[in-house]
Amino acid sequence: MQRIGVFVCHCGSNIAATVDVKKVVEMVQMEPGVVHAEDYQYMCSEAGQAKIAAAIQEKGLTGIVVCSCSPRMHEATFRKAAERAGLNPYMVEIANIREHCSWIHKNIEEATEKAVILARAAIAKVNLNTSLKPGESRVTKRALVIGGGIAGIQTALDIADAGYEVDIVEKTPSIGGRMSQLDKTFPTLDCSACILTPKMVEAAAHEKIKIYTYSEVEKVSGFVGDFTVDIRKKARSVDMDKCTGCGVCQEKCPSKKAPSEFNRGLNTRSAIYTPFAQAIPNVPVIDRENCIKFKTGKCGVCSKVCQAGAIDYDQQDEIVTEKYGAIVVATGFDTIKLDNYDEYAYSQSKDVITSLELERIMNAAGPTKGHLERLSDGKAPKEMVFIQCVGSRCADNRGKSYCSKICCMYTAKHAMLIRDKYPDVNVTVFYIDVRTPGKNFDEFYRRAVEQYGVNYIKGQVGKVIPQPNGKLLVQGADLLDNKQILKEADMVVLATAIEPNPDVRKIATMLTASIDTNNFLTEAHAKLRPVESPTAGIFLSGVCQGPKDIPETVAQAGAAAVKAIGLLAKDKLLTNPCTAQADELMCNGCSTCANVCPYGAITYETRLVNDHGIREDRRIAVVNSALCQGCGACTVACPSGAMDLQGFSNRQIIAEVDAICR
Amino acid sequence: MSIEAKNEFKPKIVAFCCNWCSYAGADLAGSSRLTYPADVKIIRVPCSCRVNPMFILRAFEKGADGVILCGCHPGDCHYSTGNYYARRRMTLLFSMLDYLGVENGRTRVEWVSAAEGVKFSQTMNEFVEKIYSLGENVRLGDLRCRN
Amino acid sequence: MQELINRIKELLADGTVARALGWRAGDLPYNPEPAYFETAESLQDFVYNGFCGANLSKYMIEASKLEGRTLVCLKPCDTYSFNQLLKEHRVDREKAYIIGVGCKGKLDIEKIRQQGIKGIQSISGAELTDEGETLTIQTIYGEKTCAYKDAMLERCHVCKGKEHKIYDELIGESKDTKDAERFAEVERIEAMTPEEKFAFFRSELSKCIRCNACRNVCPACSCRKCVFDSVKFDSSQKANVDSFEEKMFHVIRAFHVAGRCTDCGECSRVCPQGIPLHLFNRKFIKDIDELYGEYQAGEDAEAIAPLTSFTFDDAEPSIVGKRG
Repeated sequence: MQRIGVFVCHCGSNIAATVDVKKVVEMVQMEPGVVHAEDYQYMCSEAGQAKIAAAIQEKGLTGIVVCSCSPRMHEATFRKAAERAGLNPYMVEIANIREHCSWIHKNIEEATEKAVILARAAIAKVNLNTSLKPGESRVTKRALVIGGGIAGIQTALDIADAGYEVDIVEKTPSIGGRMSQLDKTFPTLDCSACILTPKMVEAAAHEKIKIYTYSEVEKVSGFVGDFTVDIRKKARSVDMDKCTGCGVCQEKCPSKKAPSEFNRGLNTRSAIYTPFAQAIPNVPVIDRENCIKFKTGKCGVCSKVCQAGAIDYDQQDEIVTEKYGAIVVATGFDTIKLDNYDEYAYSQSKDVITSLELERIMNAAGPTKGHLERLSDGKAPKEMVFIQCVGSRCADNRGKSYCSKICCMYTAKHAMLIRDKYPDVNVTVFYIDVRTPGKNFDEFYRRAVEQYGVNYIKGQVGKVIPQPNGKLLVQGADLLDNKQILKEADMVVLATAIEPNPDVRKIATMLTASIDTNNFLTEAHAKLRPVESPTAGIFLSGVCQGPKDIPETVAQAGAAAVKAIGLLAKDKLLTNPCTAQADELMCNGCSTCANVCPYGAITYETRLVNDHGIREDRRIAVVNSALCQGCGACTVACPSGAMDLQGFSNRQIIAEVDAICR
Repeated sequence: MSIEAKNEFKPKIVAFCCNWCSYAGADLAGSSRLTYPADVKIIRVPCSCRVNPMFILRAFEKGADGVILCGCHPGDCHYSTGNYYARRRMTLLFSMLDYLGVENGRTRVEWVSAAEGVKFSQTMNEFVEKIYSLGENVRLGDLRCRN
Repeated sequence: MQELINRIKELLADGTVARALGWRAGDLPYNPEPAYFETAESLQDFVYNGFCGANLSKYMIEASKLEGRTLVCLKPCDTYSFNQLLKEHRVDREKAYIIGVGCKGKLDIEKIRQQGIKGIQSISGAELTDEGETLTIQTIYGEKTCAYKDAMLERCHVCKGKEHKIYDELIGESKDTKDAERFAEVERIEAMTPEEKFAFFRSELSKCIRCNACRNVCPACSCRKCVFDSVKFDSSQKANVDSFEEKMFHVIRAFHVAGRCTDCGECSRVCPQGIPLHLFNRKFIKDIDELYGEYQAGEDAEAIAPLTSFTFDDAEPSIVGKRG
């Protein structure tokens, strides 16, 4: 029989105002196993914890129930307090009488009765609790960063600088990500490449960093501290070791019709290509879909002109298997597809472009060599209209409900840059709200308005209509003047909403990391654990977690790195002891449980079993407690009931059911 | 106990809630002060897939009038697949109870995320209302004329 | 039957098998019982006729632990159970020598009695070599006849077919005796009002004496230790003591075998109270077929079971109320 102590917290008046805590103390004393009960103002406080410790020692308690706030809040606190007083931390159960009781009920009698029942259920459970001891698992001192944009690069650099090995896996042929596509950055207007390329070079040169470009994560198994990851190195058709990066193959390649991904399809590239001049590694890949050699078997020009003999048409995808202790997701974003926004004529006119396309047009290495011109006829525009919130803050389900956060600032940047370089171009911005929280951000926006004369109109654009004369008729509303606006523009720029890279769902599934309805990865706690996934050992860097600008991304990348370093610095990890266990005398060895285990934690072995004197070899399920995460799927799948979950055993849950229903 | 008090039906309702989503959703309902009747008592489980149909039958046999299971939305299971198994198990169990003539509506599965405090509270209000309309659960407690 | 006995003798003699699992004549003409035969002499008690309904696959769990191979006689429908046990690693294929025996439908003595045939002394027409059309019954009141079909077990009217799903060799002819819809009875109950359903099941379940015959005969109920005998569920007490076990036994048992039950019908065959227990299992089978695609447990030893798999767009549990 357990000796149970019950501690009822007032939580100031949070609980005590609705629950008669004295009555709860009185009632629980009649429960089996209870030898001590008391109430206190704040159980979680230093003094409250001291009361628990004193009772454990004085009354020789073997289990305790704290009637307080949600276990998600203070279960860990009370477990630690119990442990300090010499009690196994898993002998503590929480009755949630705040969130699930006092805060939602008004009638004191009802709330008190419910609090007593919740306490009874917890007492019934503790009566069946057993001491549990966490296991230990080792930590592989190597991190994986998925995504080689600024978030991934920064995270990798920070982890590597702390002295740990890091691998970056990047899907495209070069690291650099979205930031490499940007022309200038707000609010300082310095050139994006000028600040990014040194970081790319640093990462490539770092002795602790290994970069897998043109590669994808194929499979992830294992758990925090000990992940095993299969990385698919897609066939580059170019030998990385032999290539000197001279670029002759790209010049001579006769197939030059493939749309350039880097320039957002605004111009074309050769079939053998590096995405941009500063690409790292500076080794091209052959895009086999567009390569004449791969399509027809005839050509082979690149191979002929390559002095290094690096071209290898027979190269195959290669799977590399590596072990990691921590994984950082930095998969970034893309702009949304504009299929649902036909009214802006994006698909009808070449002169309606997204902001990211404008970045490429403004960039000296872009399709127009940095000249601002209409893509339809190459003419210089005189009238430009920017439309904000295209697909962001969308009330219907055509777009995204969230604010993409970066658009207000980059639109101010674009407007300012255009007005600076081409003072004769009129720039009009249609906006819902201008949101500029951030250091030097509002000043930046005000400069656009006050110093550069950008015309900001509060209102939305209903329609963009291409005119026969090549102009674009913009129909909008000015909400402040309450009038309709018709404006003829030469170019229209859409501040297109950003969304997480579509591949992230697949990656999240492999990592068993949770993801929200917008495909952003969920953080372990929205406020207090913003760079950790709820899945242990998985960290979040950059826009995969939510919209961010570059400074925020870099800050979060550093934070994710610190969390990963904190993990890698440990030699051993304590594992959750609430894992499944098979009773060897009841197990049929039928393999049903392994079929439902998401972690591959169950295997079978044949061993000698002594079943009340019958000694025989039996096939028995064995749970690897380091792999088991304690979901309990196997316990229900098991036909014989041999599989049970420590901490949430069949008997414990049934005891709770009985206590509530009696 | 007075006769009036005896006649007043107070249902017993057990809610199994997944630790990662609906339990947190219930916490959110609490911190948002979204009320629902005190008849609902929550049991925390690590995942909806931990809920053995035996637990549900046990609750009914011990006098529960309604049992609801809340888990993560399909696709969002913390353990990636648990709720998919739970969904099949519960569908078959509920169908069996229906087949036995137990009133439909005493059992329910609802997917409630940690962010859906409002949904949690609404679901519980609806469910309790349904149980009030069905009245006391006699059938599962009396599946064999042995009492 | 002689061909079968001769073959068993051969296999015992040449050492292919150490023993044979078949049926031995009982004390009455209609109650043969499962038995091991280890010698040629012992085979003189061997019978195989229309009353050999017992599914021998479950015996192979224990037989798999014995030295040497065991010959087992399996009817077409029994092979499903064997496959299912194989899938669950309960039997050892290497330890079994399966003779797929022919079957023309198995008989239910109760059905004969229900026709007012009492005082039975002997029955002819039940041998596998007979046509399986008419039974001639000698009673103390004289000779009676009865159509074979009218005396068949319920399960034979929904016969899964004459094909053996696993075997080493086949002896004897089989006949597909299906002449009824497998789910007709389930559908009839589904169409009842909740009150009628409840009244039906309550009256059936109230007959149960918790003798465990259904559990003991069921090839899917082959757990080393039954949960109802386990302290781990707090349901270990015997009938009439623990009300949970008392009331929920059949529902829980049906759930435990859901997706694993081959619908062999042994539970209903052995129930001394005549409770149509197969109606529980068949309801799960019907639901599984309708909701998750047709699935026959034991069809092969590889297929993924419906309760250990899922699809992303499976029906929600609320479908139960919507189907009406």
